[in-house]
Order: sequence, then structure tokens, then C-alpha cells
Amino acid sequence: MSCQVYAHRVAPGLTGVNRRGRQAPSLRHVKANRVTLCQSGKVMTNTHPIVFRTEDLSKVYETGALKVHALAGVDLQLYSGEFTVLLGPSGSGKSTLLNILGGLDHASAGRVWFRDLELTGLSERALTRYRRDHVGFVFQFYNLVASLSARENVQLVTDVAINPMDPDDALGRVGLSPRADHFPAELSGGEQQRVAIARAIAKRPEVLLCDEPTGALDSKTGTAVLDALKQINETMGTTTVVITHNAAIRGMAHRVICFADGKIADVTVNQTRIAPQDISW
Amino acid sequence: MKALDLKLMRDFQRLWVQAVAIAVVLACGVAILLTAFGMHRALVDTRDAYYERNRFADIFAEARRAPLSLLDEIRAIPGLRMLEVRVQGMAVLDLPGRDAVAMGRLLAWPEDGTPLLNLPILRSGTPPEHPGEVMISDAFAKANGFVPGDVFSANINGKARELTITGTAVSPEFIYTIGPGALMPDNAGFGILWLTQADIASAFDMVGAFNHLALRLGIDAVPADVIEALDQLLDPYGGRGAYGRDSQISDAFVAAEIDQLRAMAMVVPPVFFAIAAFLVGMVMSRIVTLERAEIGLLKALGYGDGQIALHYLILAGMIAGLGVALGWVAGSILARAMAGQYAQFFDFPYLIFHVPGWVYAMSALAGLASTLVGALRAALMAARLPPAIAMQPPAPPVFRKTCIDRAMAALRLRQTTTMVLRSLIRWPLRSALTGVGLGAATASVIAAGFMFGALDRIIDLAFNQTYRQDAAILLSAELSISALADIRRLPGVMQAEAQQFHPATLRRGPREKRVSIEARPYGAELSRVIGADGTAIEPPPGGILLSERLAAQLEAGVGDRLWVSFHTGQRETHEMVVAGLIEQYFGLGAYVEMGHLDHLFRRSPQMSVANILYDPAMLPDLQRALHATPLLGGVIEMTENRQSFQETISENVVVVNGVYAVIAVLITIGVAYNAARIQLSERARELASLRIIGFSRAEVSLVLIGETMLIALVAQPLGWLMGALIAAALARGFSSDIYAIPLVLAPADFARASLVVLGASLASVLIVRRRIDRMDLVAVMKTRE
Repeated sequence: MSCQVYAHRVAPGLTGVNRRGRQAPSLRHVKANRVTLCQSGKVMTNTHPIVFRTEDLSKVYETGALKVHALAGVDLQLYSGEFTVLLGPSGSGKSTLLNILGGLDHASAGRVWFRDLELTGLSERALTRYRRDHVGFVFQFYNLVASLSARENVQLVTDVAINPMDPDDALGRVGLSPRADHFPAELSGGEQQRVAIARAIAKRPEVLLCDEPTGALDSKTGTAVLDALKQINETMGTTTVVITHNAAIRGMAHRVICFADGKIADVTVNQTRIAPQDISW
Repeated sequence: MKALDLKLMRDFQRLWVQAVAIAVVLACGVAILLTAFGMHRALVDTRDAYYERNRFADIFAEARRAPLSLLDEIRAIPGLRMLEVRVQGMAVLDLPGRDAVAMGRLLAWPEDGTPLLNLPILRSGTPPEHPGEVMISDAFAKANGFVPGDVFSANINGKARELTITGTAVSPEFIYTIGPGALMPDNAGFGILWLTQADIASAFDMVGAFNHLALRLGIDAVPADVIEALDQLLDPYGGRGAYGRDSQISDAFVAAEIDQLRAMAMVVPPVFFAIAAFLVGMVMSRIVTLERAEIGLLKALGYGDGQIALHYLILAGMIAGLGVALGWVAGSILARAMAGQYAQFFDFPYLIFHVPGWVYAMSALAGLASTLVGALRAALMAARLPPAIAMQPPAPPVFRKTCIDRAMAALRLRQTTTMVLRSLIRWPLRSALTGVGLGAATASVIAAGFMFGALDRIIDLAFNQTYRQDAAILLSAELSISALADIRRLPGVMQAEAQQFHPATLRRGPREKRVSIEARPYGAELSRVIGADGTAIEPPPGGILLSERLAAQLEAGVGDRLWVSFHTGQRETHEMVVAGLIEQYFGLGAYVEMGHLDHLFRRSPQMSVANILYDPAMLPDLQRALHATPLLGGVIEMTENRQSFQETISENVVVVNGVYAVIAVLITIGVAYNAARIQLSERARELASLRIIGFSRAEVSLVLIGETMLIALVAQPLGWLMGALIAAALARGFSSDIYAIPLVLAPADFARASLVVLGASLASVLIVRRRIDRMDLVAVMKTRE
């Protein structure tokens, strides 16, 4: 189900009920574009501290005379231990948001905080420090270093992190211990992505930012990757944000945020979550 | 080992072909630096040690016949520390088994021990003790196969003598030994002979007198003052002008060699370092472009900009390390080989060969610095890459329609041709840099080859244009010109012309230079002076022709007046006008008209040299007759000189330039191959798309080949210019009082260099083209950029 279609089914003010009049027990609709708080105390309560907070966040790319508003005023809060899915079509701004949250990119306007640390205005050096200490990334195309084996790719992170886990331990958590000495070219796509996840979690990050982690994978291998993410989220309590095109994945999130045209079009809270094994595409 | 370091090692392994190609270029620079500096140090140290231990004199003077009673006055000259006088002379030698006339310089060996100054080192046997005994120079002994006990005969001052060899020696006075009037050393035909003081004094009628003086100065002495005082004291006794080490032939040659080595160390290695830096820059930029996503990833993982820049700088540093290591090995071997070469030219008793540690350190530092400079741009590019953008595929480059595009459209060029041209215009800096690199390759071929042309020119000018005589017969005294008739009557002599040599000091204002003036009759055909335009020119009466380098040293131009103090005859001083300048590659020549000179000296026509042409079939008869000629001072065989020149110098040049040519080709391949590889990696998708659309391999290859070859073609004029500049710098650096290397660059040299570079470029691109042939179209299209 596409987010665009979904978004214009939501009438302003009709929170909690969809247009078909059916009570949406598993989804809670929040007024588009203005999610200040996830009111649902059922899944994520206010007792969970806020990890990310953005205030009227904007990003404008200028290519020649053309101005592209990748983000056009986003207010958002993400909570500790939360598993969030960012859903939306290409160009809707979700990757841009993820990059700014991860300290990979600067906002054009607005403010963003990681806990008490305001990321907007941080120097390159401080952002590097922030990424090194707090953030784990997983990318669509794995971005493994081809010349390093699985263990060595994980070691890239453990070499610079403050309190890393053992690289083999990280690989064990994604079920790749037997493949630790293989080079990326010798691994399947799913295995490569799990190495990337192991690499991301090896530093025990507080947040795990995943950009289309299953985008290049088939349903079966993708499910294994999603399962690995869920395990990490549950056992380590890592705040996890997953970007996807794939609406099927939404079911496993605590909360789903839909993007359209650089804005939050819709936020829904899943009352019950689907196990990754039950997802397919 | 850290994961990032592992990546470094593996990247290096992957790049090893390119790394080695660059390292070899760098190694050339390091090796040449090491060799040139090492040999420079070795020569300086050896010379200095030899001079110091064997008390090489600071000032030398010759006179016709000065009484020993003059010594007290000479000792009173302030600043003088040690003084030694001796008798010396020339002799014609008749060596067993040698038909040609040989010459010897006879020096006195003191009876009461060893010389005080210019102390020879005995190599075998003993010094002479009795009349008829002789110690000979080691090189002369070796060239003729003499050992102590051998006997040869000599014509000393008109008297035939049998001399018995007692020993052999080397002397700091004769590190480089060259006979009078000769252009090249001839160890078999010219030697140094030490006879006892009594023997030589009686032979030359010099009992109670001396004709050569050497002295060492105290540290506070002013050489010019001492020389002036000596000149005044010796003047009444036929003084020929005292001179310092700079005019001592052997020392001047050693000093010239030392200067050449320094010039080589200054000019050649920087060229290699610059090219290596350039290649490193090219390759590193490519790596950074290819590893864009990995750089972004590393940044996302929390690696800092500095760490990433350092990562790439270390990669360049590893290439530098390889190059420096190769250079050190090659340089150490080359320096030893060079030392062996020097043994041919120079007679040192030992060679203090020690390349100081700082030379190694400096060469390593220079190599490292140049690669780091080369890699800096790429490293900064990597450091500045914003992580979010780095991980996205690069945006398609912006192309705009320009007037060139409209011109291309009007020409109805094929799309592939348009692609080539657009890419050149779109990346002007990259195209320009590749062009500069290929230009540098052309330049190095030109710089490597110019010595061949220069030598041809030297040989042609010296032996075909200037010295056209078969031999020059030196007379032991100035004779009436009527002696020429006797020489013409010698068997086999077909033509004979008179000539005079006059050691003289030329003065212009505060500048002065000791030279040997050659005087020839008007219309001389055998030994001539060649002007800049290549035709023979005659010095006008009252005028003097100067070689360009001599004129430059005197700061004299055509029309300027010089004071010429002759050290021969009545030792008169005359004013002469510079009538013209001539290009000359051996020595610092000065030429006057003989008839006018005799007129100035108020004497009947005289001669001291006869230049002859002979019938080669009659040579043995001529040689026999010459041995029997009284007043013969010696014979210079021009053909021998020419052969010797070609054999020794040309051989060296061929070897050295062969090496340079190979290096030039390596540079070309390095630049062209890397350029094509970079293009291919950037264009793989584009080219694969063309193939999928239906373009043939040949058509697709044309895009790749076309771009590199177009750049190579456009780069040629730049290469010619750079090559000419480097060649000019080398020619300047190699010039000394003794030699000048002309800058001879013919169109053929440029054409040859361009052909080499264009050929090597094409070969390199064709190697890369094979990758297009093997390209897996589907895989390329699938791969994320």
C-alpha cells in the first residue's frame, strides 16, 4: 500500500477512524504534518525518553536555478527503544531526514536534537564524533569495503568505537559466525547486509539508522535481515529507524511515519506488530 | 592490525602494477640524486683528502729559466707557507712496440728525498736515484704494459737517451692527464716521467736554476696578491704568469666534473620527482573517485576527515616507500658503477666512496614529499567529500551548450566524436593535466636524446670543420717559417701549414683570463676558426677572435678592446680589438692572425706547430722520419683524438641516454595507461550502454582511444617546449671552462620524441581497450556507480 494513497484517505481531524468508517485497531492516525507527540501510551509511552527531536526541519538542494525542497518543515520525536519505519515514495525526504539525524548532512533550516545535544550547528569534527559514538548505519547497498573480510569490515567500527563488542560477537548476533573470514564478493546479498548490520551494532549504538536495508534483497533474505534488526532492537534496546519503499514492512514497527513531498503525511502507531517471518513481498 | 590499515595493504596489493610504475619513476629520481650527490661527494672528498695528504700546491708558476738565488725573494712573499721549485721539460719518446710518436712530461725528483709539494704516491718499484733512471705515471705504464726494469728511449732536448723504469706512481698534479694540444687523454701516447734532479737539470741546461714553481699558501694569504708578486719576481726570467688551481689543467678537469655532477643532481631528479608526483596525483584522484562510496561509509562510521586524508596519504607514502627503496638499491649500484667509470678518466690512488646518510635521507624526503604533494589534492578531495553525498551515485556532470557545441553540430560529427570532445571540454583541468603528463614524457625523450645531436655537432665542428689536419707536429722551440719546407719534405706529407701557440693573459677592466692564443696564417685551410654561421672566419690584423664562453667571462663583446699580455718571446702586452665571437665546445679559444703577430713582435715569420695532411699508406715511413727529426716536441694525431673522443664520451652518453629513453617510455605508459584506466572506470556504464544500443566494439573503443590520443596529440607542442627547456638547462649545467655542450635540437628529434610518446600512448590505451572487449555488459549495468 502506497503512502500517498494512504495519506489522502485521511481526512483532517478524523484521527483514529478511516474513511471507510472501519475502526482501525492496529493503526492510529495522527493529523498529517503535525506530529508533536505520539499520544498512544500503549506502545511508546512518555516514560520513554526522547532520543531525536526536530523542529521545523528543512533541507533545500540547489541544482543550478532549480531549488528542491527535500524537507519542508518536519517536526518529529523519536523515543528510546522505538522501532520506527519511515515510509514514502522516492524523493519524499525520508533519506534526507535520516542523513540529518545521522549527522551525515546539514539541515538548511530548523533544529534537531539528539537527546540534549543539538546537532544543527555542530562542526564537522563534532558530527564525526557524534556518528562514531552514537550512530549505527545500514545502507541499501551494504557499502561493505570490498577489500576487507566480514570480520574486518566489522572491525572498521570496533577500531574506533569507545565500548565496542567483539567483532565475532556482532557477527554471531546476525548468524554469520561461520562466514567471518569471507570477503564481500564471496557473500550473498542477504549475508552482506547482515555483515553491514553486525558492523552497525558492533559499537553498541544508541540509534540504528537503516536506509532501505532490504531494498536490494528478495523476500526470503530480506526477512532474515529484518529479523536481525528486530532482534537487535529488542535485545539491545537500540532505537531503530528503517526507511523503506516497502509497505509490507510497516507491520513490524512500533510506529510508521509516512512521508510525502518533504513533509510528514501521516503517522500511525501499530497496536500489534507482525513478526518479520510473516512479512513477504 | 587495524581494519583501515588492512584496507590500505589490500588497496596497495590491488594497485601494485600502477604503484610499481610510479615507484620506478620515483626510483629513477632517487637513484640519480643518490648517484650524482654520492659521486659528487666522493670526488670532492677524495680530491680534498688527496690534495691535503699529498700537499697539492695552491699556486703554480713557470718561467724560462730562473736562478735558484731568487728563492729568498720569493720566500719573502707574504702569505706563503711552503715553496718548491723544480726543473721540468718535454721529451719525445720512442716506445718499444709503438710506431707513433709518444710524448712525455719530465719532472725532477729531488735527490735528497721526496718532493715537498705535489707528492706522488708510489704504486710500484722505487723512485729514480741515478741518471738514466725514470719513474713513470701509473696510467702510462699500464697503457703501454711497462713494469720496473723496462727500458725505452727518449729524445730529451735534442739528445737521445735510454731510460730505465724504476717505478710507477700517481700524483695529485696529474689526476687527469692530457698532453699538450690534445683534446682527449691518451695514456699510451702521453706520460709523466720523473727523473733525478741532477739528470734533468743537466739535460735541459738548468743547473742552479728552475723553470717550475709550486707553493702552498697560509690561510690568511690573498692568492691574487701572491700571484702578482710572483709575476713581478719571475718576469725578468721569462715568467709565464703564475696561476691558481683553477688554471691547473688536472684540477680544472676534476672541478668541471664535480660541477657537472652537481648540475645533474640539480636538474635531473626534480624532473622525475615532478612526474612521479603527477602520476601519484592522477592515480590517487582515480582511487578517491572510485572509492567515493567507501569514503562516505567511513565517514558515516565515524572516521574523521583527517583520518581519511591520512589514509590516502599513507597509500601514496607506500608508493613513495617502494620508490625510495628501489632508488636506494639502484642508486647504490649505479654509484659504484659510476665510480668505476671515473677510474677510467681520473687517476686517484684511492676513492673515498661514502654516500653520507643525509644524502639517503634527503633523497627519501624528496621522494616522499613529491608523492605526498601529488596525493594531497586527492586526499583533500576525500576529506572534503560530504558523507551523505559521497554515498549517493555521483550526479551526472553538467553539460552546457557552448559555441564549440554549435560548431560541432554544424560539422555534423558522429555522436561518439561529440562524446570525446565534450568530455575534454567538460573536464578541462583533467584533460590539461593528462596533457602535461604526456608532454612531460615527450620532454624527457627530447632531453634524453639531445646529447646525441650535441655530440654529432661537437664532433662535426671539431674534427670536420675546425681541426681538419691529420696530425699536428709540435716543435720544441719557435723556428723560422722556413722549417715548413723541411716538414713538407717528410715522407707522406701532402700539405703543411704553420701555426703558433702563445700562452697569454687577456685583460678587460678588472677581468682577466689565462688562455692559449692560437695564431695561424691568413687563409689557413687545415686548422680553421668556424663562425656562428658555420663558415670559416679569419681574424683580421690587429683583431682577436674569442670563443663565446671566453668572451662572456671577460664580459667582452665585438668591438671591445682587450689588453693581451703574451707570456712568450719578449712577453709584450698589446691592445687588441675583439673582432668576432665563435661557438666552440672545447676549451676557451682565442685566435689571431699569425703574420700580424710576427709584425707586432717585430720578428721574422716563425712557427711552433705544423699542421699536416699525410698519405695514410706512408704513415710508418712518416713516423720513422719524425722520430729522427731534431727539435720535435711531439705529435698530436687528430684521428686518434677523434676515435678516443667517440669511444669514451659517446659510449657513456649512449648508455646514460639509453636509460633515460627507457624511463621516458615508462613515464608515457604510466601517464597514458592511467589516463585511459581512469576514463574507463568513469565511463564504464556509458560505454556499456553504447554497446547495448548496438555500437560495435571498435566504435566504443574509439571513444576511449580518441580522447587519450587527442590529448596526446595536443600535448606534443607543449612537450617540445618543455623538452627544449630541460635540454637547455642540462646543456648549461654541463658546460665548464673545458667543455660546452651545444643545444642541438633538430626537427627530427622532436618528431622522434612525439612518435615514441604517441606510440606508447596508443599501446597503453590498447591495453585498456582489451578491458572493453571483455566487459560483461549486464554486470556493468547492474553495478551501482
